[in-house]
Amino acid sequence: MKLLTHNMLTSHVKGVTNGYPLLIKATEVKVNQLDFNPQFVSRMIPKLEWGALVQAAEDLGYRQDLPGELVVDYQQNEEFLKKVHRVLLEVEVMEGFLKCPESGREFPITKGIPNMLLNDDEA
Amino acid sequence: MKLKELESCLQQVDTFEEPKILLEQYPTSPHIAACMLYTIHNTFGDIEGKLVADLGCGCGVLSLGASMLDAGLSVGFDIDSDALDIFRRNAEEFEMSNLDMIQCDLCCLNAEVYARKFDTVIMNPPFGTKHNQGIDMTFLRAGLTMAETAVYSLHKTSTREHIQKKAKDWGVKMEVIAELRYDLPASYKFHKKKSVDIQVDFLRFSKA
Repeated sequence: MKLLTHNMLTSHVKGVTNGYPLLIKATEVKVNQLDFNPQFVSRMIPKLEWGALVQAAEDLGYRQDLPGELVVDYQQNEEFLKKVHRVLLEVEVMEGFLKCPESGREFPITKGIPNMLLNDDEA
Repeated sequence: MKLKELESCLQQVDTFEEPKILLEQYPTSPHIAACMLYTIHNTFGDIEGKLVADLGCGCGVLSLGASMLDAGLSVGFDIDSDALDIFRRNAEEFEMSNLDMIQCDLCCLNAEVYARKFDTVIMNPPFGTKHNQGIDMTFLRAGLTMAETAVYSLHKTSTREHIQKKAKDWGVKMEVIAELRYDLPASYKFHKKKSVDIQVDFLRFSKA
């Protein structure tokens, strides 16, 4: 699971009003190299919840010097876009779980795939 | 990448080992997948550098093809862990890393949280012939919520009028890009004939 994907995931457990962002508890993290596409990264940035991305990167130990607030004029800032590229698309959680911030429900991540399925009584 | 190259790459994608009838697990043939993706890429420019969702991705042939055509990232959604396991192995064999997967039930997904997050949605949804009538429309509805630009999907030609009406109700434009003969090999025990051709539309839904 890449952090771009994590940035979109929400917990839908019945009764939960704010299941976002999911906390990440990782036991295995991998970095998979991917070609840098500055246009793609620039286009993704406005769709992101920036705070959730920074927190996720921090929890995994890959925040480095990623700023807490989004920088202005990031489209022209290649160095910044490269950092975002790395946390968004190269850092991958292979094993661990996601935790709903409200209900505490845990969603396992196995071999890189988060399992968001709910039991009948939770849906 | 040429169409022929894409198709021959997709021929190496592994598909369902034991397809599950209730999930209507029919693989998208390499030929159909390649033609769909090639058109989406060349005619509409909706793959390269895009964030692509593949709903009901199964073993991932459409996602893998989108990744080969340089999608920024393709994300496959499926309910079945066995199918996703094959998808993951395919991704590893092709050494593709612009791919991700989520195990979830699209029928109870709140698509609103993904509203317009994806550029493009591609899918070969279950057609809803096995006690799950209307499931293709549930997938389509979710896809339309999630996509910023367009949804590409396969549907039985016999349902075209119904889908056209729904598209109008939802305020989206529907185009029939191609009429296909979907060669359904006899993958289940109840299939008496060796293979059956069904008429399928390749549709594009675009948002205003």
